[in-house]
Amino acid sequence: MDPSTITTPPATSFDPQSLRADFPILLQKAASGEPLAYLDNAASTQRPRQVIDAISDCYQRYYANVHRGIHTLSESSTDRYEQARRSVSVFLNAASSDEVLFAAGTTAAINTVARTWGDQNVGRGDVILLTMMEHHANIVPWHQLAERVGCEVVFAPLNDNGQVDQQQLDALWQQHGSRIKLFAFTAVSNVLGTINPVQQWVRQAQQHGARTLVDAAQTAPHMAIDVQAWQPDFLVFSGHKLCGPTGIGVLYGRRELLESMPPFLGGGAMIQSVTTEGFAPAELPDKFEAGTPPITEAIGLGAAIDYLTDIGLERIHRHEVNLTQHAHALLADVPGVRLIGPQDPADKSGIVSFAIEGVHAHDIAQWMDTRGIAVRAGHHCAMPLHKSLGLSSSTRASFYLYNTMDEVERFVEAVREVRAKFAPQGRRRRRRS
Amino acid sequence: MPSEQDIYEEHVLDHYEDPYHRGQCDTATHAEEGNNPLCGDEIRVELRLDGEGKIKEAWFDGKGCVISQASASMLMERIEGMTPEELKEFSATEMLELFGPQLTPNRQKCCLLSWRVVQRALHSPLDEDDDSATFGGPSLGEES
Repeated sequence: MDPSTITTPPATSFDPQSLRADFPILLQKAASGEPLAYLDNAASTQRPRQVIDAISDCYQRYYANVHRGIHTLSESSTDRYEQARRSVSVFLNAASSDEVLFAAGTTAAINTVARTWGDQNVGRGDVILLTMMEHHANIVPWHQLAERVGCEVVFAPLNDNGQVDQQQLDALWQQHGSRIKLFAFTAVSNVLGTINPVQQWVRQAQQHGARTLVDAAQTAPHMAIDVQAWQPDFLVFSGHKLCGPTGIGVLYGRRELLESMPPFLGGGAMIQSVTTEGFAPAELPDKFEAGTPPITEAIGLGAAIDYLTDIGLERIHRHEVNLTQHAHALLADVPGVRLIGPQDPADKSGIVSFAIEGVHAHDIAQWMDTRGIAVRAGHHCAMPLHKSLGLSSSTRASFYLYNTMDEVERFVEAVREVRAKFAPQGRRRRRRS
Repeated sequence: MPSEQDIYEEHVLDHYEDPYHRGQCDTATHAEEGNNPLCGDEIRVELRLDGEGKIKEAWFDGKGCVISQASASMLMERIEGMTPEELKEFSATEMLELFGPQLTPNRQKCCLLSWRVVQRALHSPLDEDDDSATFGGPSLGEES
């Protein structure tokens, strides 16, 4: 081989710098005047031109209500809306796009399952099994279900490495057996970054005759999903965490379940017919999409999925693991920093959450902001998790395809500064005169 | 936008590291506690009102961010010697002025935590027969 070719990066090498050019917001300076290091992607990502253009193109060229008009614009809109559904269906490797329902987001999707499948199938004495790392969106709807039907909500505890303790999980299945009607779990923790063994847990639930709901809000943006291989009964995610618009998300459900479930919201579009006596619901997927749907949002989501698929989810994931590895390695040299979650970056996604002894997370995030670095501080909608960790809050840096090694280094440098800034220095308060 | 660097000016960090009356007031007549559930900031205030109805002593304890703890220290120092009427007149705006650096709306909540607790403490007299440190009035500090 010609030695000169050895140093040439392969054609598939990942260049976040060139991808940044797709994201207009990243070209801005932060409020501090420094280049913006946006490390709050687990909360919400930024949008590339391709998505912004798709939305603006819809409004400017072919927008009308869907599934209604006989006129050309309505047919164009309907076409693109249904095209977006097919894109999602391919993205998830669903057996049919009828199994892909648009919802307002992950939260709305989980609430829909709780209110329809839950009310219909869960009763007093039954158990909803969750893990201790769930987001409130996958806790509160089940608490609400428990209030309505008298079921019990049980949490699988974590080990010191921020993973569900499989032995204790096995014990919960043994203890509750067929009383467990649903195992609802996140595929990736929004705080710890832990990647959970989805397929294994779905099989375990199937063996006990329980249903599964997979919260893929932190997975869909970063890793390939295959619902036919994973076989969850339900899988949900949000558009805004994968470069898409807010106000749109996906509820995937297996056809026979969706068909057996009662509709949730009633109104236009979800009916076959309405009389003064009652109504007959429409077929899937319309049955669960009452009212005018989020049309441009769905089209924007389709564009986001096309954008990510073109880059390749596997490459995005590898890039994020590299960033995380770099962050872990650098933070290991900063004393007083407690990394929470798996210590091995191979076990997690691009999320680095930590606590600094003696410094409140809000002060850390505030200081980072002065350095042009956007991180999240607080309990990240995971209060039970933080309580189990003995923390009231943590600080989280979360990476995406447009983040760079340089940003990781700026972030770690800011962590060092925080320690120096807020360390006790023998300060004395001036007496009031 | 205020520069956050200014938020942590020296006198704020001084109050954070060397707070005024952090601890318990053994002769407290009034006490109250509260928290900001979103931040996890917690503040507890104990007051001693003397026979003439003045705030003779003001103490606080708690945990949380620099803003919540330093502002509590400043407030305790400020209100000693006030009458309850004067304290009731002491507005949120005055509290923010007392703190000094300009704060974004989110951080104003941290700054106003001790101020809210102090206002409620006036309505939370301790039972004289009960010297265990129980606090009257509804608490925002309970786990939800």
